[in-house]
Amino acid sequence: MSKKSFVSKHVEDLKPSGIRRFFDVAAQMEDVISLGVGEPDFVTPWNFIEQSFHSLEQGYTSYTENAGMIELRKEISTYLNGNFQLDYDPAEQVIVTVGASQAIDLALRAVVEPSDEVIVVEPSFVAYVPTVSLAGGTPVTIQAEADNEFKLTAEAIEEAVTPRTKAIMLCNPNNPTGTFLTKEELEPIAEVIEKHDLVALSDEIYAELTYDASYTSFPSLAGMKERTILISGFSKAFAMTGWRLGYAAGPPDLIAAMVKIHQYTMMCAPTMAQHAALEAMKNGRPSVRDMFESYKQRRNFIVTSLNEMGLDCPNPGGAFYAFPSIKATGLSSAEFAEQLLHEEQVAVVPGDVFGESGEGYIRCSYATSLKQLDKAMDRMKRFVESRTPKTVS
Amino acid sequence: MKETEIQVLKIIEKNANLGVAKIAKMMGKSEQEIQQVIDDLEDKKAILGYSTLIDWAKVVEHEEVTAMVDVKVTPARGVGFDKVAERIYRFPEVKAVYLMSGAYDLSVTVNGKTMMDIGKFISEKLSALDSVLSTTTHFVLKRYKHDGFILEDDDEDDKRIVVSP
Ligand SMILES: Cc1ncc(COP(=O)(O)O)c(C=O)c1O
Repeated sequence: MSKKSFVSKHVEDLKPSGIRRFFDVAAQMEDVISLGVGEPDFVTPWNFIEQSFHSLEQGYTSYTENAGMIELRKEISTYLNGNFQLDYDPAEQVIVTVGASQAIDLALRAVVEPSDEVIVVEPSFVAYVPTVSLAGGTPVTIQAEADNEFKLTAEAIEEAVTPRTKAIMLCNPNNPTGTFLTKEELEPIAEVIEKHDLVALSDEIYAELTYDASYTSFPSLAGMKERTILISGFSKAFAMTGWRLGYAAGPPDLIAAMVKIHQYTMMCAPTMAQHAALEAMKNGRPSVRDMFESYKQRRNFIVTSLNEMGLDCPNPGGAFYAFPSIKATGLSSAEFAEQLLHEEQVAVVPGDVFGESGEGYIRCSYATSLKQLDKAMDRMKRFVESRTPKTVS
Repeated sequence: MKETEIQVLKIIEKNANLGVAKIAKMMGKSEQEIQQVIDDLEDKKAILGYSTLIDWAKVVEHEEVTAMVDVKVTPARGVGFDKVAERIYRFPEVKAVYLMSGAYDLSVTVNGKTMMDIGKFISEKLSALDSVLSTTTHFVLKRYKHDGFILEDDDEDDKRIVVSP
């Protein structure tokens, strides 16, 4: 008699992460230059770390309030106001979470009912679809179009909406495409969201990393604040991935619902990380600025290099990812990534792991030193040349 | 100064060895444009030169001692400290001269092969200047960080996992 599995059906049914599979191969190899990393190469700025040491020395080793230290929530509120003209009451409208990851999970669990549909725009961050499923909802994916630089449109949402649609996940700037939506591009999206009475879960973790235009936070658009949960965190612009610290801001009832789940499932975000984040909010600006400058230079560098080697790559407006087309090589995304890894020891992530519209593309993270990027581009160029027929002039 | 010029300076301040082609790519500009910017900055003497930061402690054959000397001087009428500073900075042994606020006037960095050499320079040349009232010499025992670069063998390995979402 075969042993019955104790794993729940709904977890069994979750698709394994395509990133994971690829990671297992890349991790075995030597001398790999990885453009597959979705996190900063910078170590957390020293003053944040030092502040965390100090808090530990002072004996701040216990739980904090469920929603996070009020000082930190106040700083987050001030930060959101100063940078994005948002007005959130720190006591009732902000929750500190274990990464933006947990904020996404809490937000979905707070709004989704068993029969609800949640729209996810692909190519997307790999966690959205499974997190919707785990919250008991049904993910409905929209495929953003390459021809439109992977920009979400109001029409696409309109087509996907059904009477069961409850919410939509937005991500601006987007992982993996680096696509950035301006105020003018967000406004029609806000209109459909209002028309169909949806909740917007707006993942703005890359907001600070927008290079060519000023950033418009989704809840700052007319009518959106009442129906948006803003999700962000310290991982990206503040180079704090390992601290596991994020936050959400939104309407009091939704934040209260999230705190309710959080208090039973997490108690609070790590205390020492909250102290580091407090320093990040108060005195982090110069470090964030320096890292921003580096990312911007690297973006220009990698985008020019990719285009020069014949991989069509529009200039991504934000985050730290370039998402070039590899169609000129005649390979699929997975073939390209696997062969590149084996032949040239450069790791990139095949675009299709982020959704079917990512097929024909690869994600190259430029959160890597310029020196490494330069080497990676040389190797990739050699690879691409070996795969594309020489045009005789 | 123009934004592009400032950007170029910031980039080459960190790494003068990049080359025009790479800087141009990083800035999304043409090579000619960047070359022109650099030429202009050199003409304006905003770029004074290109040197390399070397950790000489790694070179066993190399003998070098550095001292920082606090110097009190009498400023001269009309030219203040500038004249005496010039008298000092013209000596090739002198690597840096700064006018300071506080307890003394000039901070002078002196390099020599041995402590004896430096002592000789200070007693015979520096202290011997008419306007120099006193000197206090501090020898450098170890350099931990220099011009923004950490000299200890910093573990700079990438500690991230190879592929992540
Ligand atoms: C779009 C997006 N949202 C959320 C996260 C998760 O970030 P955190 O480290 O704050 O959980 C990531 C990390 O890759 C991301 O790319």
